[in-house]
Formats: sequence, structure tokens, C-alpha cells
Amino acid sequence: MNVATLDPSRTERPSAAAAAASRGALSISCRDIGVRFFTDRRSVTAIEGLSLDVEAGEFLTLLGPSGCGKSTALRVVAGLSEPSTGTVEWADGKHVRIGFVFQEPTLMPWADVAANVRLPLTIAHADEGKAHAAVAQALDRVGLSEFAGAYPRELSGGMKMRVSIARALVTEPRLLLMDEPFAALDEITRFKLNNDLLTLWRMLKRTVMFVTHSVFESVYLSQRIVVMTPRPGRVFTELTIDAPYPRDELFRTSVEYAVYCRMVSEALEKAMAGAAA
Amino acid sequence: MSERHWRIALPVLVLLLVMALWQTLVQIWVIPPYVLPSPALVLSTLVSDAPLLLQSLGVTLITTFLGFLLAAIGGVTLAVAFHQWRPVGYAFYPYAVALQVTPIVAVAPLLLIYLPQQLAVLACAWIVAFFPVLANTTLGLNSVDHNLIALFELYKASRAQILLNLKLPAALPQILAGLRIAGGLSLIGAVVAEIAAGSAGAGSGLAYRIAESGYRLNIPRMFAALLLLSLAGIAIFFLLSAITQRVLGRWHESATPRER
Repeated sequence: MNVATLDPSRTERPSAAAAAASRGALSISCRDIGVRFFTDRRSVTAIEGLSLDVEAGEFLTLLGPSGCGKSTALRVVAGLSEPSTGTVEWADGKHVRIGFVFQEPTLMPWADVAANVRLPLTIAHADEGKAHAAVAQALDRVGLSEFAGAYPRELSGGMKMRVSIARALVTEPRLLLMDEPFAALDEITRFKLNNDLLTLWRMLKRTVMFVTHSVFESVYLSQRIVVMTPRPGRVFTELTIDAPYPRDELFRTSVEYAVYCRMVSEALEKAMAGAAA
Repeated sequence: MSERHWRIALPVLVLLLVMALWQTLVQIWVIPPYVLPSPALVLSTLVSDAPLLLQSLGVTLITTFLGFLLAAIGGVTLAVAFHQWRPVGYAFYPYAVALQVTPIVAVAPLLLIYLPQQLAVLACAWIVAFFPVLANTTLGLNSVDHNLIALFELYKASRAQILLNLKLPAALPQILAGLRIAGGLSLIGAVVAEIAAGSAGAGSGLAYRIAESGYRLNIPRMFAALLLLSLAGIAIFFLLSAITQRVLGRWHESATPRER
């Protein structure tokens, strides 16, 4: 099973293509992105020559060790960081709505769950009634309808992350960017949230760009995995995970899953060896 | 008894023991009241001089409250201005520090020359009290979760929205901590200025009563006035603590009981 060389025809899966057709093609082209940070008298190259295409409706994962610039790449796509070189091109104009989920839940501790989820609409001065309905729907999607009046500190880590996801979904974004959202959670909670995320993705048909350093998580979730090298971060290889959805605990314990995991692990090892050389 | 009961009972017990010891020693050694009055005499003086002392307490408390209010408004406003417009901060922050580190006792006589007495006393209370509000608010505004700021920017929030919906609420615990310090300090500022003014020969605040009683060797009244000042300071502290608890209520670690 040699998937290390990307075959373009294999990325044309029916589900992604259908989603693209139904929503108007959202695709993103990162061309030769470089990001350089200047700390006192030292310049650090976080990313260099990163080129990447994101197809409408796909579940894409950036996989790499800590410090490989995958989070920075996500921030560049979100417009939160300005690339030093290169461009991010959007197939249908710049103003696509984006949802962003950070590694920490990043909730406002002084506001209750409903107010936290509502934040993007509050900033946009959204209509009161519409905002209320959107918040209710977003909370329902993550299964937290009963906790609208709770405060973040009263929730468990997994529930806080659900609130964070609800907040990202409340604006009905076309693109969901997730920066190691489940890295700080225990395994049981992480598996549960993985499953819920896949269910949401299949239901809502959004494009997801997911960042993780876990091989197992990346294989379980993604259609396509982009393996990155550390310092400077650039694309080492792309791998397609052709297992059908819905994926569940059966897939997580299957031989197919194990084979994919080994393949991705080997790619990651090579990426790190290449960088060290 | 639970831990909460002990926390109230023990300090009260210490107070009663010290009072009893004090009373006994004064009686055994027959110490004259102009050297050291007994606690009983201080209390009876407090009752007999109540009209005079309470009126003075009112004057001091009004100055303290106004000084505190101006310090709260001024401190938070200056911190926000320094934070929103960095050059303004660079230009003026050093002078705020200079104002703070100059001993107020040395500044008060000068203020009394240039300002009407009432205003000078108020200015002293303000100068002493505003800095902790400024410093704490600045710390709070600078400590906002960077990811939350990024989130606001992602959703194209304006600078005003980031300030009002994010930075000020996030800085609230620090602002309230600053206000708790400022409450006690504005009382100190008012007292210092009153004493400075009192030696200039006018005024009717509680600190002036202490100075005046000192000149007249009316030591019991000095103690009574001091007791009132002390109680006022304690009341201010508890009032501000209660407000903090109320405001931070459900969300901040400092205001919620720890699980054991």
C-alpha cells in the first residue's frame, strides 16, 4: 500500500465532491507560505515554503511534532498571522466564515455557556432572536442544551471543549479550524469527542482543518493527512486514508486502522529524520 | 465547632484576653488615665464624646469615600488610557509612580498651601489611593488570555469591543484587588492630610480630633478616636471584600470554595 506519493485522482472522493457541488466550491490554496518570527536579535523560521490545497468539504489533518509550525499554518489560514512570504488563495473570495477551536477551551470565565457560545454573534451585533436560536442549535449539536446557564468553571474539561466547538459552529462557518483541540483531554473523553466531531462533520458537511501530533487521532478522523517536518515547518508528504465513514470503535480496533497508523508513523519518523539530518 | 466558627471565635477571644489584661494592669499599678487609660474608660469616653466624635468621623469618612471614588474612576480611566494609547502610557506612567513613591506626609503641607483645606485633604486621599487601582488595572488589562484576543480578532471585533467585552471583564479580579487596597489607603491619605491641616490650625475630621486631644493631654479621647478610625478601616475592608465576593461570585477562583 504505497500512498506516500499522492495520487490526485484518489482525493476526488464522492462525498467531498458532492459537498463541494452543493455548497459552492470552497477550496484554499496555500502557496509557498513562510512565517518568520523576530524575537530579540534572533529570527525564528516557523514555516518555510509550505504549499497546501484544501478541498471543499474534506477532513484534512496537519500532523507533525511540537514546534513544526502546524499551529502557525492554521493561524495563517485563519488570518490571525500574516505570512512573511507566500499567499493564501480562496477559490470563492476572502470572506468565508471561519470557526476556530484552540487547544484550550478559551472560554470567558465570567460569562455563562450561552453567552460564550453567542460571542461571535454578539461581536457582529446579530439580531437578538436569530442569535438566540443559533445558540440553542449550536448547544444542541454538541449535546449541552441543559448547560446553557452554567459557568465554565462548573464544567468538565470535555464539556468546556464542547462549548468551544459550539461557539465555533454558531456562525455556520464554511471552514472549521481546530488546533489540537483534544490534546489536553483524557483518552475516554477524547475518543468520545472524536466520534462526535465526525458525526457533526458528516451532518454539517463543513471543511475541517485539524491539527494534531497524535498519529492515531489523525488516522481515525481524516480523509487526508499532511505530514510536516519540524524547524522549519514544511510539507513532508501527504497520505490518503481511504477507509469509509462512518468510522466507529470497530474501525479503531481494525487491522486496516493499524496498518494506516503504521504507515503514518513511518512517514512521521522519516519527516523527523529528514529534518534532523 | 466548625472551622468557620473558630475563625470568628479565636480573634474575639484574643481581643477579650488582651482587654482583660490591659484593664487589670491599669488597675493593679494605678496608672493615671493621662498616661494609659483603661479600656473601660476609653469605651465610656467613646459614649460620652459620641456626638463630637461621630460628627468628626462623618467628615473623615466623606473625604475617604470621595477620595476612594475619584481614585477608582481615575485609576481605571488612566489605566485604560495608558493601555489603549501606548505613547500616553510611556509619557505619564513614570510620573504616576513618582507621585506614589513620594511620601504623602511630605506632600500634604504643600498641598495645603496651594489648595483650600477641604480640597487638599481630598487630593491627599486621592494621590495615595489611585496608584494601586492604576497598577492593578494595568496588570489585569495586560494579562488577558492571548487566544481570547485572537478569537475576538478572528470575528473582527473593534478595539472598543475588545476593551468592553473582553479586557475590562477579564481585568475585574485585579481591578477589585486594587480597589480593596485603595479603600484602606484613601482613609490613610485623608488622616495624614487632616493631621497636617490640623497642625495648621483648622479642620474637624477624626484625625484632627486626635491631634487636638493630644495637645490637651486628653488621652482617653485619643484612644476613642483611634478606635473609631480603626473600626472605619475594618468596615471599609469588609465592605469591599463583600462587593468583590458578590461581583466575582460564580466565576473566579478567588471567590469560590475549593473542593477538598
